[in-house]
Amino acid sequence: MSEGAALPSGRSGRLRDLRRIVLFTLLRLGGLLLTVTIGVYLTILIANMGGQVDELRIVQIRSTIADAVRANPAFAAMPLDERQALVEGQVQQEIVRLRLDQPFIQRSFDYLWQAMRLDLGRAEQMHSDSGSREVSAIIVERLPATLLLFGTANFLVFFTSIFVALYLSRRYGSLLDRIVIALAPSSAAPGWFYGIFLILIFAFIYPWLPPGGMVQAPPPEDRLTYALSVLQHMVLPVGAMFLSSIFISIYSWRTFFLIHASEDYVEMARAKGLPSSQIELRYVLRPTLPPIVTSFALMLIGLWGGAIILEQVFNWPGLGSLAFRAIGFRDTPVIIASVVIFAYLLAITVFLLDVIYALLDPRVKLGGGGR
Amino acid sequence: MSALADGLVQLRRYPSAVAGIAIIAALLAVAAWAVIAIPYGSALELWRGGAQWQQHPVNARPAWVNWFRASSLPATQRVASDPATVEVEEYPGARRLVIPIELDYDHREFPSELNVFVDAAYLELEPFLRMTWHTPDGRAIPLGGRRVSRDERISISQDLALERRLGALPHVALFADPAVEGRPRALPGRYRLEIEAVVFEPESTLGATLVSYGRVHGLAGTDHQRRDLLVALLWGTPVALAFGLIAAVGTTLTTLFIAAAGVWFGGWLDAFIQRITEVNMILPVLPILVMVGTLYSTSIWLMLGVVVAFGIFSASIKMYRAMLLPIREAPYIEAARAYGVGNTRMILRYMIPRILPVLIPGFVTLIPSFVFLEASLAVLGLGDPELPTWGKVMNDAQSESALYHGYYYWVVGPAVLLMLTGLGFAMLGFALDRIFNPRLRMI
Repeated sequence: MSEGAALPSGRSGRLRDLRRIVLFTLLRLGGLLLTVTIGVYLTILIANMGGQVDELRIVQIRSTIADAVRANPAFAAMPLDERQALVEGQVQQEIVRLRLDQPFIQRSFDYLWQAMRLDLGRAEQMHSDSGSREVSAIIVERLPATLLLFGTANFLVFFTSIFVALYLSRRYGSLLDRIVIALAPSSAAPGWFYGIFLILIFAFIYPWLPPGGMVQAPPPEDRLTYALSVLQHMVLPVGAMFLSSIFISIYSWRTFFLIHASEDYVEMARAKGLPSSQIELRYVLRPTLPPIVTSFALMLIGLWGGAIILEQVFNWPGLGSLAFRAIGFRDTPVIIASVVIFAYLLAITVFLLDVIYALLDPRVKLGGGGR
Repeated sequence: MSALADGLVQLRRYPSAVAGIAIIAALLAVAAWAVIAIPYGSALELWRGGAQWQQHPVNARPAWVNWFRASSLPATQRVASDPATVEVEEYPGARRLVIPIELDYDHREFPSELNVFVDAAYLELEPFLRMTWHTPDGRAIPLGGRRVSRDERISISQDLALERRLGALPHVALFADPAVEGRPRALPGRYRLEIEAVVFEPESTLGATLVSYGRVHGLAGTDHQRRDLLVALLWGTPVALAFGLIAAVGTTLTTLFIAAAGVWFGGWLDAFIQRITEVNMILPVLPILVMVGTLYSTSIWLMLGVVVAFGIFSASIKMYRAMLLPIREAPYIEAARAYGVGNTRMILRYMIPRILPVLIPGFVTLIPSFVFLEASLAVLGLGDPELPTWGKVMNDAQSESALYHGYYYWVVGPAVLLMLTGLGFAMLGFALDRIFNPRLRMI
């Protein structure tokens, strides 16, 4: 590191470092914010078909109101044109309530501004289980379910695969190693696919576990029984995700560790006669920590992408099935909110990644501003 | 390019690669055969369903389930009346026809349904007919009489009056062995349906077909609309392969070209490409696909377009860029620039070919991920409205609660094909990775 050697030592040097890091951080934050904004605006455009959904929705509103008025016996005796006027008045009210009378472009920027401030607004059609129309209430209700399911599965996969990979890289070429390599292609299928098989085997052929849902119906009163019931419902979806990604994960970590274990400095450590546990911790794991952290963060991001279908297959009441239903209802605020939450989570992850990188990798800390 | 050829020759040393190639070749053969045997138009026509399937059973299992069963399940049997065996008696103003239809039934399990299809020719006066069922042990069960019109389906199984009279579902009661106590079993032997028809016009004729619907059908079974699942399984192959291949080619090639252009020109173009990629990485692709499917159309080609469009500025641009950056400074590029190679030629002939071998494994493993993406969309109910695909079969199975009803074949058929596709490409891709990836070759 020629640059590191040239740095003046002492207080002024540290101050300059700090200033550089702050500047870098601010730039990075600004860039991320801009990225999130553009991404969210694109989603708003797509979710509204560039404004064309409005006409669809007006037609829908009109037919719903007309049906409601026709079905109401209180209006049965009303003359036809009076009833027509009543329908028209209610349609106008609904259009104003949903702000469909304003031009789409104006509304789209309003949506964007609200979304960026995390003022998620009120849902148009959907409501939370407790009856609230606040989008944030709906999302807060669903978020823990998704986090619980995908968090558990991904933590399990991540830590299992790292430990097994370390073990295998020590026993490279053994039978177990070859079995894992042979099984790695099985990860071509996504989690929901294994989910269907698991449901088939463990819920129908041998009815040991529930085929879907998050808790038995009616939910148990007792907290402990409730937790046990949730745990029981989690076995199959977590198992499906675990099956679909464990082998590829072990395979790639094992390869990664093998590549790093053949570096010269590791050979050197081995030649010095250090115990293998110390070689693994200080010479293999420590220098490879940044990529491991990256992959962990990326895995957290990837969480959300697969959620829609896995939650749908297992009937899990999480964010994914919420987004799917919201799209079906054309409930724009809910759709946008779920994308915004995702975009923010992603941006925060990327930012944290940068910071953690700077902490873990001394090269990044010093050269950060001058990349 | 000789490195490429060498690598391909090395594939023979990997058994998994050979197995993968065999699976892919088999899938390609099935795809070619499907397209030739069932042309596109008739595949759509068949999958639309309707009257053309009315002589197929509902939710029949595939025929091979009989290998695993002690008592075999019947297949569909169709017996048409033979004009030569019809007895005719003339009356003033009418003719009486006695039409025997004989069915050889040799299973202990019951059929799933029993229908008679009548084909009557007349001008104005509808014929009248009365049917009697003769069992192998000599019992005669009257099935009632009725007027029939030209093309009529007489559904014996759904005759509620008959069901009440017999005390069981007609197709069970008519075949039941009276000697068996407890769970009813079918009596094997020759059954005879006797149709006595009275026609009122001199030109009138009457033919009939007795259909005893089976509990098994063909290689793949049938679905709730009586459609033969083999059509969808066969046609799903070319659709899946085409989708996976086009999406993989479309995204990889354009991504590679854009990454190379960014690296070569550098400056604002490179920065611009990087920013677009970052925005694109934030967009959740599956929810957007679901949105497009719900709001615009679920046509498989539109989905393909969207997948490719979002795949172009994917995270792999960053990876390609990292690989191309050192190449840009390579001496041979310097030399090429010195003798005046143009920009396009530089990108296409000097930079891209250099990293192509390293990308091939990734490309091969990318194909099944798109195949599964299409299946995912179909399972979410956003499959192509017309084309039969594997995912749509699984979606039908799911919405008809196939697992709950025990129709496992309905899910297992398409799932096995999907798994084979995934495994075939993944096994080949992994082997290619070990050959072409220099860092992996050492270990």
